[in-house]
Amino acid sequence: MRYAVEPGLYALGEPGADSDVFVTANYKLSFDTLRKSLKGLNAWILVLDTKSINVWCAAGKGTFGTDELIKRINETELHKGVNHRKIIVPQLGAVGVNARAVQQATGFRVYFGPVEAKDIPAYVLSGYKKTEEMRLVKFTMLDRLILTPMEINPSMKKFPLFALIALILFGLQPSGILFKDAWSGGLPFLVLGLAAVFSGAFITPVFLPFIPFRSFAIKGLITGLFATFLITGFFGLTGLSAISAHLFFPSASSYIALQFTGSTTFTSMSGVKKELKTAIPLYLTATALSLLLLTIHKLYRWEIL
Amino acid sequence: MGDIMKYISDVISLEFFPEKCTGCGRCVDVCPHAVFAMRDKRAVITDSDLCMECGACALNCEFGAIKVDSGVGCAAALINSMITGGPPSCDCGGTTGSDCC
Repeated sequence: MRYAVEPGLYALGEPGADSDVFVTANYKLSFDTLRKSLKGLNAWILVLDTKSINVWCAAGKGTFGTDELIKRINETELHKGVNHRKIIVPQLGAVGVNARAVQQATGFRVYFGPVEAKDIPAYVLSGYKKTEEMRLVKFTMLDRLILTPMEINPSMKKFPLFALIALILFGLQPSGILFKDAWSGGLPFLVLGLAAVFSGAFITPVFLPFIPFRSFAIKGLITGLFATFLITGFFGLTGLSAISAHLFFPSASSYIALQFTGSTTFTSMSGVKKELKTAIPLYLTATALSLLLLTIHKLYRWEIL
Repeated sequence: MGDIMKYISDVISLEFFPEKCTGCGRCVDVCPHAVFAMRDKRAVITDSDLCMECGACALNCEFGAIKVDSGVGCAAALINSMITGGPPSCDCGGTTGSDCC
C-alpha cells in the first residue's frame, strides 16, 4: 500500500504573500499531522518527494534533504509566491537539510521548527522560538507499545520454520519420525519459542527503561531467561533438554530485542555495532551448544549412549 | 516516566572542536537529545551518551566544529550490511521501504 501525497506547494486556509511556509514529507501521515496542527492558520505547505516516508527516516536516507528542498523551492517558484524569505522545516529534517546550503542556493532562510507538529502554533505565537521541550524527541511507553507489532511480525514469520525443525528433531526415532513423540516432546519447545518472541519483541520494548542494563541484547537476555525459566518449569523439563532450552531461547529473545534498536529514537550506530560484535558470536555458540546437548539427550533416549 | 533513555556509554563518535565554535547555537537548535548546550556564548557537550549519531549538528555547523560518524542505529541494517558488504540501510530489504520506519 502506498501512502503518498503529490509533492508540491499546497495552500492551507487562505494564505497570502506574507504567510508562513512549512515543509513536510509526502508521507500521508506526516502531511495530515501537519495539516491538523495548523488548523485555523493560513499557511503554505511545501511537500517534498520522500517516496512516502516520514520526515526523520527520509532525512536519514537523504531524500528529505538539501537537494530536494532546493529543487522544490525552485520548481514551485516559491520566491514569486511569497514576499518573505523564511521557510520552516521540521527540526528532525535537519538530519538531511543543510540550512546554509539552502539559503545560498535559494535565498530562503531555513528555520528549524519544533520536533512535533502539534507545537507549531505555540512556536509561531512565541515569534518562532522553540522551548527546550519542543526540541526533544520523546519515546513514551505508548510510542513503544504501538511499535511492537512491527517487532512481532518479522519474528513470527520465522516461527513456522523453527516449529518444523523442532517437531522433526523431537519426532525423530531410529525407526522414523513418530508424530506422537514430535508433539509431546516438541510442544514445550514451541511454547518456549513463542515465549522468546513475546519477551524479545513485546516485553523488552514496552518495559525498555525498566529492564536493567543499557544494552538491548542484555535486556532481551534477561526477559528471555525469565520466560524460559517459567515455561520449562511449567512443563517440568529437566536435565539436558532444560539446559538446552536455557541456552537457546534467552539468546533468541536477546537477538529479537536487539532488532528493536531499529525502531527507537535514541540508539546510535556505534552502540549497535558494539553490541553486535559481542552478541552475534555468543548467539551462534549458544545455538550450537543447545543443538549439541539436544542431540546427546536424544542419543541417551535411544540408548545409544 | 522513562522519557530520557540512554544507550551504551562511551561509544559515540561525536567530536567537537571548541576553537572553531562561533556560538551560533545551531547545534543546540537541531539536536533532538540536548547533547549540546550554550555556555558563555559557546557550545558545549552536555553528555555524549545521549547522542544517537543522527548527524544533524555536523551537517548544519557552518564552521566545521562538529564531526560525527552518522548512520542508522539499527541492528537489522547493520547485520544486512555485514552479510552483503553494502552500506547499512534501513530499507529492511524492500524496494519501497514505505512499510518500514
